[in-house]
Amino acid sequence: MASALLESLLDEDALRAAEAGVPAAAAAARHASAHAVLRDGLPRARDEAWKYTSLRALEQRRYANGDVDVATRAVDAGAFKLPGIDGARLVFVNGAFRADLSTLPVLDGLVTSFADDGAASLPLARDRDADSAESRAEAFVRLNVALAGPGLVLRVAAGVHIDEPVHLVFAGAAAEADVAWQLRALIEIGAGASLRLIEHHVAASANAHLGNLVAHYALAAGARLDLVQIQDAAAATTLIRRNGFRIDSDAMLSMHTIEAGAQTMRHDLCVDLAGRGARFVSRGVFALRGRQHADTHLVVTHAARDTASDIAWRGVADQRARGVFHGAITVAKGADGADAQLSNKNLLLSPQAEIDTQPALEIYADEVKAAHGATVGQLDERALFYLRSRGIPLDIARRVLVGAFCNAMFADLAPTPLRAHLEALLATRLPQAGAAA
Amino acid sequence: MLKIENLHVRVAGKEILKGISLEVRAGEMHAIMGPNGAGKSTLGNVLAGREGYEVTQGTVEYNGSNLLELEPEERAAEGVFLAFQYPVEIPGVNNTYFLRTALNAQRKRRGEAELDSMQFLKRVREKLAVLQLKDELLHRGVNEGFSGGEKKRNEIFQMALLEPNLAILDETDSGLDIDALKMVADGVNAMRAPQRAFLVITHYQRLLDYIVPDFVHVLADGRIVESGDKTLAHKLEEHGYAWIAERKLAGAA
Repeated sequence: MASALLESLLDEDALRAAEAGVPAAAAAARHASAHAVLRDGLPRARDEAWKYTSLRALEQRRYANGDVDVATRAVDAGAFKLPGIDGARLVFVNGAFRADLSTLPVLDGLVTSFADDGAASLPLARDRDADSAESRAEAFVRLNVALAGPGLVLRVAAGVHIDEPVHLVFAGAAAEADVAWQLRALIEIGAGASLRLIEHHVAASANAHLGNLVAHYALAAGARLDLVQIQDAAAATTLIRRNGFRIDSDAMLSMHTIEAGAQTMRHDLCVDLAGRGARFVSRGVFALRGRQHADTHLVVTHAARDTASDIAWRGVADQRARGVFHGAITVAKGADGADAQLSNKNLLLSPQAEIDTQPALEIYADEVKAAHGATVGQLDERALFYLRSRGIPLDIARRVLVGAFCNAMFADLAPTPLRAHLEALLATRLPQAGAAA
Repeated sequence: MLKIENLHVRVAGKEILKGISLEVRAGEMHAIMGPNGAGKSTLGNVLAGREGYEVTQGTVEYNGSNLLELEPEERAAEGVFLAFQYPVEIPGVNNTYFLRTALNAQRKRRGEAELDSMQFLKRVREKLAVLQLKDELLHRGVNEGFSGGEKKRNEIFQMALLEPNLAILDETDSGLDIDALKMVADGVNAMRAPQRAFLVITHYQRLLDYIVPDFVHVLADGRIVESGDKTLAHKLEEHGYAWIAERKLAGAA
């Protein structure tokens, strides 16, 4: 028997609509995915990948399947403006593209389109999802394949450098009922090309929607992607994201991530270092409070020789928040000379907060350099006393130290207004001066 | 200014200070000497308000009020300063930001106007010159990547900037070469003033050649076992701490 959530989304009409007007292969993929998720339901705690994130409450909720009035939702551009970012902007409201709020890129070598036949128009996506959607743990990918509307496609031609960041905005806006939206994106960066991209989740107004974003990135040989992810979704939302990356030889992915918003958040990062010399650098922070729950699930595969991954994430949980970090690196047979570094440090700011961290390293190759470490602790009492002994009040001293702990993850970003914005956003999520310690 | 009476302090269940009495008046320079483990640093930490130091007996009066009731930041605003034996590295907290936040927090608590960045930087530049510290240190994290000598000089620089009434120097001389030692001593001597007192904690007599104390106290096993003028430091240097232990035993017998 399907849960309330799945019943509300996968009724006969919705399934018929999703399969209508798309190529036969896409319709078949949608059909198969819908029936698989109806058959297996959502992940359970006994599914290893969902051990720390319970979906029981979510399962009992009903959502409108997409927002039919999305075109008329009032959205103030102030909600998503970022300092110093004034180039191409693609704005999605409740999962649907809003041309009136967007500034389409007019850049040679950058092509933006919307594939209206859902899953099947995204060959890379289809291949990967066919593999990954085989288990119940991938219920949200199944749901996405079954129902996603027109997907975003961004392509950068070989050798083209897009230096001005492209700003992708995912805004949630209040609707008559809570909305579940499904969205797919495919981003391809040609050989030797480069792209700067910002994935930005914001609240246009308070809402309790369920967002489900599946994005696939392909970096061809020698390509480079600089990706900044800012997740500041509305406080009551549930946000599920899967970012899959395939990185070919000598290509490089550099990403900086902030998880600050949403009530319940799951972020899967699947990185495939597929070509010789492929590199992946990830810096991330989650800053949680109240009853927020954030689950970051990072799976990196070194599949080729001389590949490198360098991952450092930090987490802060206050009040009754719960953070989960899973970082798994596999160095496959034959990926000799790989360099895999993973560090995850966390601070608990309250006795009721909880952080679970699981670094995992599996090595099947030779001459591999690998290190991983994870810690969960409290603020350094010595540093706290040092600051206080100079006259800095306890509440400010705590803020200063927690801020420094988080901001260290952005130290390698150029000192731009964007970096200042990231630090300021984090500062709003840390214990406030004047609040009880 | 500071009146310690019969102070007993326990750390992690173990009694470290076993009844210390000491009076320090404005304008005075007191040296506390003693062997390792005597409780010298405990005394500095308990005066600055560090957690984990349990006062089981005795009182500490500072300018007529109970110092032990105050939070560390309140003590700082009242003019108590501890130069740390091991200054803490705090990566990511910019030194300039830290110093300005500290100074203005103290001023605010005292009801004084906060300094704007121009006024603040002017003051910083003056004090840096005395300690021969480079401007560049201001842009780094607090003590981040500082050499041992730079950390100690930075403590004295902070003291110069914050202008405390009671400065406690906890083994500021340890690990310094002779040039750095002189710089530290110059920094301290430049601050000697009728309204200011110093408590200099040290293991060696060497520092006291440059910072000449009015009084020297020998701390051993949690008690002050001998007090005198600066000549006491020289006697200690000559005879070693064993001499004190012998005298103590003789006294006990």
